[in-house]
Amino acid sequence: MNWINAIVQGIMLGGVFAIAASGLSLMFGVMRIANLAHGDLMVLGGYLAAVSAKRWGIPVPLTILVSVALLGALGWGLQRAALDRALRTSDMAPLLVTFGVSVIIPNVLVELFTSNSEPLSIGQLGTASIHFGSDISVGWFPLITLIAAVVVLGALELFLRRTQPGRILRATSDDAPTVRLLGINDRRVYALATAISLATVALAGTLYTMKQGGITPFEGQLTVLFAFEAVIIGGIGSLWGTLVGGIVLGVAQSVGAQISPDLPLLIGHLVFLAVLALRPQGILGREAFA
Amino acid sequence: MSVLTVDNLAAGYQDFQAVFDISLELQEGRLLALVGANGAGKTSVLRAIAGVLRPWEGTIRFGGKDVTAVPDHQRARLGIGLVPEGRHLFPTLTVEENLLVGAATKRPGPWNLQSVYEMLPLLRDRRRRPAARLSGGEQQAVAIGRALMGNPKLLLLDEVSLGLAPLVVDQIYQAVPAIRSSGTSILLVEQDLNRTLTVADDIVCILEGRVVLSGTSQGLSREAITEAYFGSARSLARKAQP
Amino acid sequence: MTLQEVAEQRTALTHSSSLHARRGGKFAVAGLILLGATVILLGALPYVAVPSITGQLVKLFYLVALASTWNLLAGYAGMVSVGQQAYVGLGAYAVFVFNDQGLDVWSSAFVAAVVVGALAWPVSYLAFRLRGGYFAVGTWVMAEVARLIIVRFDSLGAGQGREIATITNDPLVRQADTYWLALAVMVLAVAVVYTVLRSRLGLDLQAIRDEEVAAASLGVAITRGKRYVYVIAAGGCAAVGAVICISSLGVASPNAIFGVQYSAFMIFMVIIGGIGTIEGPILGAVVYFLLDKYFSQSGVWYLVVVGATAIVVALYLPRGLWGVIADRTGFALFPVRHRVSADLRGEAAT
Repeated sequence: MNWINAIVQGIMLGGVFAIAASGLSLMFGVMRIANLAHGDLMVLGGYLAAVSAKRWGIPVPLTILVSVALLGALGWGLQRAALDRALRTSDMAPLLVTFGVSVIIPNVLVELFTSNSEPLSIGQLGTASIHFGSDISVGWFPLITLIAAVVVLGALELFLRRTQPGRILRATSDDAPTVRLLGINDRRVYALATAISLATVALAGTLYTMKQGGITPFEGQLTVLFAFEAVIIGGIGSLWGTLVGGIVLGVAQSVGAQISPDLPLLIGHLVFLAVLALRPQGILGREAFA
Repeated sequence: MSVLTVDNLAAGYQDFQAVFDISLELQEGRLLALVGANGAGKTSVLRAIAGVLRPWEGTIRFGGKDVTAVPDHQRARLGIGLVPEGRHLFPTLTVEENLLVGAATKRPGPWNLQSVYEMLPLLRDRRRRPAARLSGGEQQAVAIGRALMGNPKLLLLDEVSLGLAPLVVDQIYQAVPAIRSSGTSILLVEQDLNRTLTVADDIVCILEGRVVLSGTSQGLSREAITEAYFGSARSLARKAQP
Repeated sequence: MTLQEVAEQRTALTHSSSLHARRGGKFAVAGLILLGATVILLGALPYVAVPSITGQLVKLFYLVALASTWNLLAGYAGMVSVGQQAYVGLGAYAVFVFNDQGLDVWSSAFVAAVVVGALAWPVSYLAFRLRGGYFAVGTWVMAEVARLIIVRFDSLGAGQGREIATITNDPLVRQADTYWLALAVMVLAVAVVYTVLRSRLGLDLQAIRDEEVAAASLGVAITRGKRYVYVIAAGGCAAVGAVICISSLGVASPNAIFGVQYSAFMIFMVIIGGIGTIEGPILGAVVYFLLDKYFSQSGVWYLVVVGATAIVVALYLPRGLWGVIADRTGFALFPVRHRVSADLRGEAAT
């Protein structure tokens, strides 16, 4: 019954993808910015957690908070300093800025930390698991990650639907100039969106690092693809779709690994291309790219 | 007390000047109507007052304070509320959510969800409907309600009757007295002269970006206004006796 | 060029009214002569210069080719692709395929470019389902898929890379031939881009660039035009991949030839040089070539500097270095902008 195990593992893996993708979804939804630096920011989040554990002696579970706070602040700053101006310059400028960031981050990290893995260990939790019967075992940590994904996405949905800042965020993504007529500074709204986006990215990056036991500078180039694929498979414009997309991708990779150890990436990418070919609006998507 | 004073306003868009030399004054508690044909520059004047359009020349004073350089979102917080041409509701938000966003100015005043629903009961009936699925008249009502939620001292209404059936427009105009009695002054842009004359205290006629006639609705004759509206040469120099 | 001008021009061309469209200026002819002379001089270089110089110029030439085609794709057709490395890699590997069949490497390079370019046509149907940043990532994914598929073939060296099977033994002759191939690829790339932009397709592309939705209403066959551009860009990258393969006598690492850093170079060259002009990418390629030559030894900090420079240029100098030059002088080496002038003989312009 290795297949069932593989699927279960895939669902867990999807949790990390979904958290990573939700931030991407948010930035795109509000500002139409496709953040190419997404993966590298995730890696940066992992490094912030790892370094804070090693250098400042912060207990490992709390490193999540450190990473989230620091990266969130960075997001605010990045928006005010560069992305705001990029939005006003041209359609292409934000993409180019994020691409520039995606080059700067890993190269700075490699200079500061070498290309060796910077460790972040969760000790026993990494290997502890629950057993169902003789064939299926669910690791505690992957399960926690999946639950975290559901919680984060649920919290984001609630924030957007039920709170005034969330409403303002949605209104701004509908019509930014009109929002200004109502006394709202849209630049602050964008900064908030970016800050939230980067906070979720930090969480995803930290969990990802914990799962692997460490992080290296250039992994962002992989994770950014996963995040985008999760969004598109699930459907742009739907937060729950992002969870579904993450899970589908996780399962695809996990099943691929089951078939052969060199296949997970390829199978994942092929599933993404298949969704693109057969159902371009995604599984739960509402808008197709016209 | 003058709530709004516009002096020698000139404004336009990249290669096109829409407003040449407009001056007007609105006293507190009154309703001033800007009338003129299509393309006369009325919307541009409103947008300049709201802060959306940056003037090339001239000053705008709100409640005695010079706001010419103040950006649009800050003017809303100071109490200038614009209901833009085309309404611009947030399509993915419900009626109630649209209204709630309007309260973002955080200004104190009599307008809140309760009082807006009282004045426009049709909104309460549709509060959970997404704004994209409303008729033109319903959208206009929401747009006005949304602006009122900000408790403006000065409400700018741009072509509220455009594209709407007369009965619907009646209903909207029926709300005007309630708005005025809450202490808000109104600057109204309209193409429909009849409608305008029933509600306006003061009238300013604009033609090709300039003021061609101004005075109180009592003091100006229908003929004078009609001539100014259509730009007959004789009316260009005439000002009515107050 | 605004949509207004395009509309006027089309009407003018159809009804031959009193509107004239002029292109270029007095610099145009002088510029073209200068270019022609440069190409001839470059062609003569292997007879007088040592291989270490011509070897470096090969890199410069293919950088120019890459930058020019990426600019056509992104600067004119508005498609920001971060996945052109797919075609670079496929072009390189295609050389093996055809060379193994008995074709000499030089012809293989040509065939590789054509075949891989043709492959891009069906791929475009999939790629065009995405827009903007999602298109960018989609192309990146496709490059990854290409790499992951290629490394499954042992005959192509699997994950270790492989060498070219049959090629001239004499190193001097080989290096000269490689140099001329690279020069030909560069000249061809720039010439094709220039020709496309002067053509009807080029006019349509500039309209799309300015205002896609409105362009659709003018009856411009947008998608077909974009598809042609996508295929041309793919062919250009494949030609470059072939050049790289031949000049290194093979592929040392599939990860490198399919690496996203090719896209990074292309983006930087075009942004820093000046997007949306033909001269800009050439200038950008020269700048990048020099930076790489003198600074790549000093560690990755220089990449950080390049990245930061690209951000600054994208925000504050959106038309790049060439844009600054062109604004000051009005000079255009490759004139593609049309100036519409009305023949005012007392007739009102409609």
